[in-house]
Amino acid sequence: MAEESQQHQEFPSVVDRYFTRWYKPDMKGKPCEDHCILQHSNRICVVTLAACHPLLQNGKTIQSISYQISANCSRLQNKVSGKSKRGAQFLTEFAPLCRINCTDGDEYTVYSCIRGRLLEVNENILENPELLKEKPSTEGYIAVILPKFEESKTVTDGLLSQKEYEEIVLRRTNATPDTS
Amino acid sequence: MPLIEEKYRPVAQMLLSSGTCPRCVLRFCCVGTYSPYRLPYKDLDGEMQTYVAVSPGDTADPRWVPPCKKAKLDISIENPGDNFLIDSSQLNDKNDAPSLRSCNLCLGILQDLSEADFIKEIFQTVNSAGYEFKDFVFSVSLPAQMSVREHSTWLQAKQEMGKHGHPFEKTDVIQLKEAYKWITHPLIAEELGVQAVSKSSFEVAVVFAHPETDGDCHFLAKTCKDCFKPTKNKLSVFTRMAVIKALEKIKEEEFCASFSYPPQCPVTVCKVVDLQCSHASVFVAGRYNKYSRNLPQTPWVIDGERKMESSVEELITEHLMAVFKADSFNFSSSGREDVDVRTLGKGRPFAIELVNPHRVQFNVQDMKELQKKINSSDKIKVRDLQIVTREAVAHMKEGEEVKTKCYSALIWTEKVIQEEELQALDHTKELKIAQKTPLRVLHRRPLASRLRVIHSMRAEYVDEHHFRLYLKTQAGTYIKEFVHGDFGRTRPNLGSMMKTTADILELDVESVDVDWPPALDD
Ligand SMILES: [Zn+2]
Repeated sequence: MAEESQQHQEFPSVVDRYFTRWYKPDMKGKPCEDHCILQHSNRICVVTLAACHPLLQNGKTIQSISYQISANCSRLQNKVSGKSKRGAQFLTEFAPLCRINCTDGDEYTVYSCIRGRLLEVNENILENPELLKEKPSTEGYIAVILPKFEESKTVTDGLLSQKEYEEIVLRRTNATPDTS
Repeated sequence: MPLIEEKYRPVAQMLLSSGTCPRCVLRFCCVGTYSPYRLPYKDLDGEMQTYVAVSPGDTADPRWVPPCKKAKLDISIENPGDNFLIDSSQLNDKNDAPSLRSCNLCLGILQDLSEADFIKEIFQTVNSAGYEFKDFVFSVSLPAQMSVREHSTWLQAKQEMGKHGHPFEKTDVIQLKEAYKWITHPLIAEELGVQAVSKSSFEVAVVFAHPETDGDCHFLAKTCKDCFKPTKNKLSVFTRMAVIKALEKIKEEEFCASFSYPPQCPVTVCKVVDLQCSHASVFVAGRYNKYSRNLPQTPWVIDGERKMESSVEELITEHLMAVFKADSFNFSSSGREDVDVRTLGKGRPFAIELVNPHRVQFNVQDMKELQKKINSSDKIKVRDLQIVTREAVAHMKEGEEVKTKCYSALIWTEKVIQEEELQALDHTKELKIAQKTPLRVLHRRPLASRLRVIHSMRAEYVDEHHFRLYLKTQAGTYIKEFVHGDFGRTRPNLGSMMKTTADILELDVESVDVDWPPALDD
């Protein structure tokens, strides 16, 4: 970890160069199910799992990922056309994007966290679920969402900034030694 | 030699006695040569009176009564466009008999408005606008009601001719605009020292109006409703085109019942309501180098706020605008580079349309000096600066999609690089990649996956985490995304090929292989 950050010191990564990180901790009240939204300067948002998410912890193995979120709604069927992205599914903060099942029987749901039109989901993680674990903030992304132009500034209002999120994580780690 | 063909004599008599000017009489007598129109108005008037009064071996038409004499009338110019103000006082001061009236057909166009004094006034304002031109088109817009008056007169003349067994088509009548050109072109040439021609890049456009007779058209709206539908940008529904269309549709009897012959002679003459000069766009092309990584190609504005001080476009066009004295410009180029990308080698072809330029005559030496001025910047350099045709610019845009581009990039890899891996890149030819629309442009472009070809690559080792990569690619390939993978949305990408995370630290365009504009020797 230390080595990698040294190499990045001279030159920020692609995510650091073009995106702002926003966090939704304990999504839907489930402890540590933190989501991280990468917002590009052009307002496009990429939904990812934060590094603290239980799925990304040691010992977890992904069994399956499904974008079929209900009997008649699959995020894979989302099709957009033209510059104005006609035909996109519209998502609200709590819209589920996909369900991930682990070999230990746990199931996690990933949510949109922001309002906007769904542009694409990451089909690469269906072929290669390990991407999600190896590169959760880049190639293991979940979905790409385009907020409404007029909401581009306010769409992250309900989320935490990097600094606010780090404080929460710190509080959590300080709390854990007592319980374990 | 008689002024007009004998068979038209009754028409001439009829018109002259009803308040039509002698030049309009020539038109309705189908005189298709310009010299009679160019006779001094008084002389022509005299000849015409003599011609209709006495006819060889015939007595004058008993209906014939001498017409009122034509007098000088007010010429006033209202609301001139584009700051052209014509002082009409000079034209007014020889007003002699205000009770006398204008021609009932041309409303003064072939009378006072064909005189040297008026033409002089017009072209003094043209001259003061400061345009450079070799020749020009003189275009004239006439009030729509003239068509109604002409129609009425033609119907009457046709009837008169018919009595003697002669057919008379509307197209036989010499167009007012045509006659106006015949009279005014020599006067204009004298005033400006250049020729009025039918095709030129410089245009002088005059709009005449005649409020006194505007009402002539109104009855047409009742007979032909669908010809006069209100449109957003027109002040009046009675446009010339709409009136002509309505006249084609209306039945003769209906027309005659609503508009009786002869049309009344007005007391005023047409006035100039707009006078516009315009020069066709001039196109300047060249190739530019961009040496700065903090310079966008075009002004970068977000939410009305400038993000970067300058741009390639501005550094070039500020000098062009200053010497061509154009109203505005349009910048185009063969592709574009990002703000942080340099363009080296022979540069990127560009073309700039200069809209309504006032100065257009520049020789090779002038263009060289202009290039030198642009090149005083240390951020960009321009070469092969030249004036080109509009068609040639289209050629540049065609080349954009098909030509290859060469780049050089400084690459960082997360893992330590082995020499063999770099050799593997050297041996990769015609690599097909699938690129989804990059996230950085996805907000304004459709989402698609496009197949692109990396024709060849060559790598130069820098240190264990860095190397320089030279690429030759199909136009339209996103290089940055090929290197870092854009969240795995470009596949394969340099990172996936080398089984590491790769990033791009610097990118330069080495060549844009479009062989336009032609190279000039320095
Ligand atoms: Zn006339």
